[in-house]
Amino acid sequence: MSKKGFSLTSISHKYIMAAAGAFLMLFLVSHLATNLLLLAGDGGAQFDKAVEFLLTNPAIKIMEYVLFAGFIIHIIIGVVIQLHNSSSRPVGYKVALKSEASAFSRFMIHSGIIIFIFLLIHLYHFFFVKLGFFPLYAGAETGHDFYPMVAYTFKNPVYSIIYILSFIFLGFHLKHAFQSAFQSFGLNHDKYTPAIKVVGTIYAVLIAVGFSIIPLYFLFLYN
Amino acid sequence: MEFKLKIWRQKNASAKGKFEDYTLKDVSPEMSFLQMLDYLNQQIIESDGEPVHFEHDCREGICGSCGLYINGRPHGPLTHTTTCELHMREFKDNTTIVIEPWRSKAFPVIKDLVVDRSAFEKVIRAGGFVNANTGSTQDANNIPINKKISDRAFDAAVCIGCGACVAACKNSSAMLFVSAKVSQFAMLPQGKVEAKERVENMVTKMDEVGFGFCSNTYACEYDCPKGISVEFIAKMNREFFSSKVCKSKK
Ligand code: HEM
Ligand code: SF4
Ligand code: FES
Repeated sequence: MSKKGFSLTSISHKYIMAAAGAFLMLFLVSHLATNLLLLAGDGGAQFDKAVEFLLTNPAIKIMEYVLFAGFIIHIIIGVVIQLHNSSSRPVGYKVALKSEASAFSRFMIHSGIIIFIFLLIHLYHFFFVKLGFFPLYAGAETGHDFYPMVAYTFKNPVYSIIYILSFIFLGFHLKHAFQSAFQSFGLNHDKYTPAIKVVGTIYAVLIAVGFSIIPLYFLFLYN
Repeated sequence: MEFKLKIWRQKNASAKGKFEDYTLKDVSPEMSFLQMLDYLNQQIIESDGEPVHFEHDCREGICGSCGLYINGRPHGPLTHTTTCELHMREFKDNTTIVIEPWRSKAFPVIKDLVVDRSAFEKVIRAGGFVNANTGSTQDANNIPINKKISDRAFDAAVCIGCGACVAACKNSSAMLFVSAKVSQFAMLPQGKVEAKERVENMVTKMDEVGFGFCSNTYACEYDCPKGISVEFIAKMNREFFSSKVCKSKK
């Protein structure tokens, strides 16, 4: 395949992209499940227990690195693909393409960049505070004391709106991404693909709505 | 019918092109799109101008040479229809029609609306054939092939190599074309023998000649005049994967 040194074919890029993306999609489910415990109305008791488990379990510690790697690989390959593709038509059309069948697919890099910006904010809140780079929040005793921090942060409508918007864009990303990953893996079948597309849409909506009700809860119901 | 035409004119590969405006009167709705261009060219020639260059051969949808980008769609507004099979009755009277060449780094413009599609040729030369000497025609029943599979292989083999998939793709990816060619061989006994080398060589060549990467937007399927399905792209991805994973070292 490669003539000199290290080179990957276009299809290998797609496989890596899809594998990292699929892993991230699984991660989102477990992350959402944990976060929904915030809604239990018990002042964070169950949520804290879950966090405690996540922070102390060695397997989770390893998964944290895998997760980082997953994000980094997905983002780097995504940018590489985008740069390559934007140079593949040096002279554009006068009349814009009308042929696009899937609208979400055209804006993967854009929704991706929005998710990336959100990730930085998210890391600022959770990771860097945990590491002690930034001061603790009011009511928090340690950097791991997430519940007061969440409550405090979501009480801020600006942050909550940014949060919800980010998840709407993540929903757009996933709407295309779910079925796209199957296609990249070579799994396309006239019988199952329509069902995969429906499941992908449901998944995208559940993730976007599921994460979004948490700030809404803290904004309007919690005090 | 009367049309305003906005056509890309470019003297040669290195010249800087631009759009020229033409007004064409008395167009019959029965004319095919290429006949309309012939009609325009006749008038241009009569007034000592340089006719608009465009490619065509069979004019019946089988050779794949007539690709034009018309009002924002490769091969114009109709699905499953090549430019040569498109008729003027599909257009509204007294409107503007914008005609552009395929745009892709891998398909440079040679003149006016004619692009160099030899990048496809290079991909074919990298593996789009069967090496085995098949001898003279055998009895059709010597090698039994499931009817479903032979139909499927035929669905792939109807690709005419026109390049509309590349023109329609926001990434200028040639995956639909290459996957059709890979699949038509991979499904049949004669082609299976070299399936693994074929897919690797063709994909590597496809990347080398400068096509973009597939993003699964499926615009190609939408604009392919022959209705080639993106299922073949998935098939090629599988073929490629198995060529990487299940190949002996030798
Ligand atoms: C939790 C977050 C994310 C998940 C679950 C996710 C998931 C996915 C999946 C499954 C795909 C489909 C892969 C394929 O086409 O085979 C995809 C595509 C893509 N993602 Fe993400 N992604 C996430 C975050 C990001 C971020 C932060 C970026 C930033 C650059 C990004 C950029 C892209 C791009 C550019 C594509 C299209 C790749 C292509 O054209 O083939 N994604 N994503
Ligand atoms: S796949 Fe369709 S659009 Fe692409 S070259 Fe073949 S016939 Fe033309
Ligand atoms: S001229 Fe042959 S396909 Fe149109």
